[in-house]
Order: sequence, then structure tokens, then C-alpha cells
Amino acid sequence: MDTESHILARGLTKRFGEFTAVDGIDFDVRPGEAFGFLGPNGAGKSSTMRMVGCVSPPSGGTLRILGMDTAGNGARIRGRLGVVPQEDTLDGDLTVRENLYIYGRYFDLSRRAARAKAVELLDFVQLTERGDARVDELSGGMKRRLTIARSLVNDPEILLLDEPTTGLDPQARHLVWERLYLLKQRGVTLVLTTHYMDEAEQLCDRLVVMDVGRIVAQGSPRQLIAAHSTREVLELRLTDADRAAFGARVDGLAERVEELPDRVLVYTDDGERAAEFLHERGLRPISTLVRRSSLEDVFLRLTGRSLE
Amino acid sequence: MTTLAVRSFRYWALRYRRQWVEGLVVSFAQPVLYLGAVGFGLGHLVDANRPETLAGVRFAAYVAPGLLAAAAMQTAARDSSWPIVAAIREKYTYQAMLATPLGVADVLIGHLVWTATRIGIAAAAYFVVVAGFGLVAAPIGVLAVPAAVLTGVAVAAPLMAHSATIGGDDQALALIERLVIVPMFLLSGTFFPVSQLPIWLRLVAYATPLWHGAELCRALLLDRFYAGADLLHVAYLIAFAAVGTLVALHTYRRRLVT
Repeated sequence: MDTESHILARGLTKRFGEFTAVDGIDFDVRPGEAFGFLGPNGAGKSSTMRMVGCVSPPSGGTLRILGMDTAGNGARIRGRLGVVPQEDTLDGDLTVRENLYIYGRYFDLSRRAARAKAVELLDFVQLTERGDARVDELSGGMKRRLTIARSLVNDPEILLLDEPTTGLDPQARHLVWERLYLLKQRGVTLVLTTHYMDEAEQLCDRLVVMDVGRIVAQGSPRQLIAAHSTREVLELRLTDADRAAFGARVDGLAERVEELPDRVLVYTDDGERAAEFLHERGLRPISTLVRRSSLEDVFLRLTGRSLE
Repeated sequence: MTTLAVRSFRYWALRYRRQWVEGLVVSFAQPVLYLGAVGFGLGHLVDANRPETLAGVRFAAYVAPGLLAAAAMQTAARDSSWPIVAAIREKYTYQAMLATPLGVADVLIGHLVWTATRIGIAAAAYFVVVAGFGLVAAPIGVLAVPAAVLTGVAVAAPLMAHSATIGGDDQALALIERLVIVPMFLLSGTFFPVSQLPIWLRLVAYATPLWHGAELCRALLLDRFYAGADLLHVAYLIAFAAVGTLVALHTYRRRLVT
């Protein structure tokens, strides 16, 4: 078992003409961990993933994967990666089984091995009954599961997932999460991008928060929340009159206040007390909600913008 | 280890399994129709008038090799236009391959070799029909099949290079069909000798791969192959295919490796 980083990036940069998509980032992914890139669209997550997937050459910096430099070792590295791209790259005209079979053949599995692998993976993603259906007939969630199955034909050491559950309904998302969790148990290193904080919290041991091509924070979800937010958040919806006078009333009550277009977020370690206190000062919110801090709050704090 | 390009070839072969019957029917029906209508129907009138311009053979015998080369070109044109655009832009076929050990050259060569295979199937069917009409002068005529494949590849490679550059504008494909393929079909020695053309058009015809392909197939099917002149056709077609492939490698890289 190697203890070296599975992925090591130093000063990793991607430029498209004048535009810098990834601006000199450093990160390490250790064997067997689930590592996430969290950020809004355009943060540079997908560009980073494409460089790690050895389909997009870095414009600068170092990128080593499984101990090899990506320059000149692309085919060798790709042979040991699994990739779940953001866009659907399945062949809609072929059957579910054929999609797995032909992908296995790209990795040079024998016919027999590719067929056997297809059977095994269909079972793993619970698509055995749909094996002979054309992919065009599948639902979005099924296609995603098939894409995950396809990414496993070569028994990858690292699985790259770009927005694995974007566009899926809650039930389909949970099914995907469950399978990814199983893979992690088996020791596969997971690297994923997401703009859903619940996904990052569910799946990632460690993550980096990206914004406009840079890493603005990194750590475990818990560490990030502890470092960049309070324990609880009080969410208030206010009338316009209350809103105008709000600044004075909240004075000295909270660590930090964020005023969003539709609501006000009060960061405090005790949300209930803050709510009572505001009530005593004469504030009558339209609605009040106390919740725990999430990565969304971390992101808001770090970038001044919300994720969605 | 199987050569990487073979692995991408397998994909296209797998897809073809779903449509090979239709493919074969068309491959046989087209030569029967063309040779029957043009070669013998129209040929009857031509032969009654001025057969001496046609290298001293019946019109059907003159036109059959041209049609064989043209069929190779058309198969090439069809397979190197929309399927490439779709593989890049709609179905992400190439991108799926590129996430595996396959590289851009493997993706391109595998697809080009598959296209050559399809041209070969079409050309072989055409040859069988031509032979059935009694228009093959000697056994050497069978070499017209590889000659037609070479003609097709010389057309396919540059077209693949072009198709990989197409962005949102599908008009480019229709323009190629109307302004390049159809005029080439009509004017490159398929139906009548280019000596009938005004000099400037004749010069254009000499530059097209189809003219060289048609001349080569004609020499082989009529048993008039002269190594000196006809190997020049072979060399020209190989050069055309090679340059086209190199340009395609460049345009594929630019499009797929970003």
C-alpha cells in the first residue's frame, strides 16, 4: 500500500487564452479518501477535474497522479482512473449492456472478461433487469448509475466524479450516494466536484472550496464550519419596515449578519436566544428558522456569494 | 495489448451490427440502379451516337469504373460528415473514448479505418454487380476494389479534418455536399472524359481525388493498367489521404484536447 499522495498538485494552472480558469492551486488527495471540490459554476472545478483526468493538459504547475507526472503518462494514468463526466457520454443507441461491454474493450478486457464485468457491474448499480434496454429509454438517474458502472470497468484506483448527482431527484441522488459510499468502503479513492453542500458533507472526508479559480479554504466539512461559521444560524424573513431598522436592533447580538435579497442570516452560537432577544427588542419577523451551520454558510462567508 | 486504434474501431463495428442488413441492401441496390439506368439505359443512346470519345468501349463499360469510384467517394462523404460532428458535439463518443487509455490519434485512426472498411464493403458490392453485368475485362479488375477504397479514404480523411472544426453551424456540411461532392461526382471523369470540359475545369478535375480514382478503376476494370501512368494515380491518392489524415490529427487535437 503506497502512502504517497494519489494526486498531488502544486501551482496547477489552466488558462484558456486570456481567461484563467484555474489559478495556481495546490492540493493532495490521499489513497482511499473521498476528496471534494466545492464551488459555484465557473469556479474552475471541472477544469481541474479534466486536468486530473488527463484529458486537458495543464497550462502550468505540477500534477502527479499515482506517482506519475501527467505529461507523457496520460494513457497509463487513464488506464487506472474511472471517470464520471458531467455530461452524459453514454451511447443512447446501444443497450445498457453493450455500453459497459464496449467500454471494457477500450481498456482491452477480453470479450469474455468484458461480458462478465458488465454482468457484475449491472448488479452493483441495480440495473440488471434493464441490461438489454436501449440507453435512450433510461431515466436520468439510471443513466447516471450506468455511467458510474461504466467508470468501474477497469477496477480504477481513483474515481473522478464531476457533479455526480446534478439534475437527479432526491431518491436517485441517495441511491448514487449509497453506491459511492460502498466504493469508498472498498478502498477506491473518490474525487468529486459538487455545488451541493449536502453532497459534500455526506461524501467528503476533506474538501476544498473553490472560487474564481482559486482555493479559498480546505479541510473536513466539520473543520471548515468550525473555522468559518458559527454553530447555528438564525434565518429571518422580515417586512420592509423591520428590515430598514434591523441593523440597530441586531447590534451586539450576533457574530455576523448576512443580508440576502430574500432573508437575513444571523450567525450566532445560540439561535433560539438570538430570536428571543430580537423579539424583546420589538422585531416581528414573517418567519423564523434556527438551523445548524452548513458548508453553504462557509461558502457565503468566504466569497460573499451564495452557492446556488 | 491490442493496438489502441483497434479498440476505437471496435466501437464503430459494434454500432454497425445493428444496421448491416440495410447497409448491404443499399450497397447492392445502388449499383444495380445506376448501372441499369445510366450505363445501359442512357448508354444505349450514347453508343448509338459517338462511342469513339469513350476510349473505344461501350458506355456501360466506360461508366462502371467511374461509378464504382464515385460510390466509394459518396460512402466516404456520408461517413465523414455528420457522424463526426455527432461524435464530437451530440453524443460525446470521442470524449468517452478519450477518458480511457485511448488518445486522439487512436480515436481518429480507429474511425478512419472503420470508414475504410465501410467503403470496402460498398466497393466490393459494387464490384460484384459490375462483374454480374459482364463489365470486368480481366481478373486484374478485382484490384479496382482496393483502388476504390483508396479513393474513398483520400476523400474521407480531409472531410473528417473539416468536420472536426464545425461548431454550431450545420450549413457547412450541406455546403460541402453541394459545392464539393456533387460537382466532383458530375465532373471528375465519372460519366464522360474530362477532355470534354473547358480547360480550366479540366485542371480542377485533375486535382480531385475522384478523377484519379476513376481513372485508376477504369484502367483496372478495362484491363488497361499501365504501371507508369497509373501508379501516379495511386501515389496521388496516397498523398491526398496522408495529408488529409495529418490535417485531421491537427483539427481533432484542437477540438478535443482543450
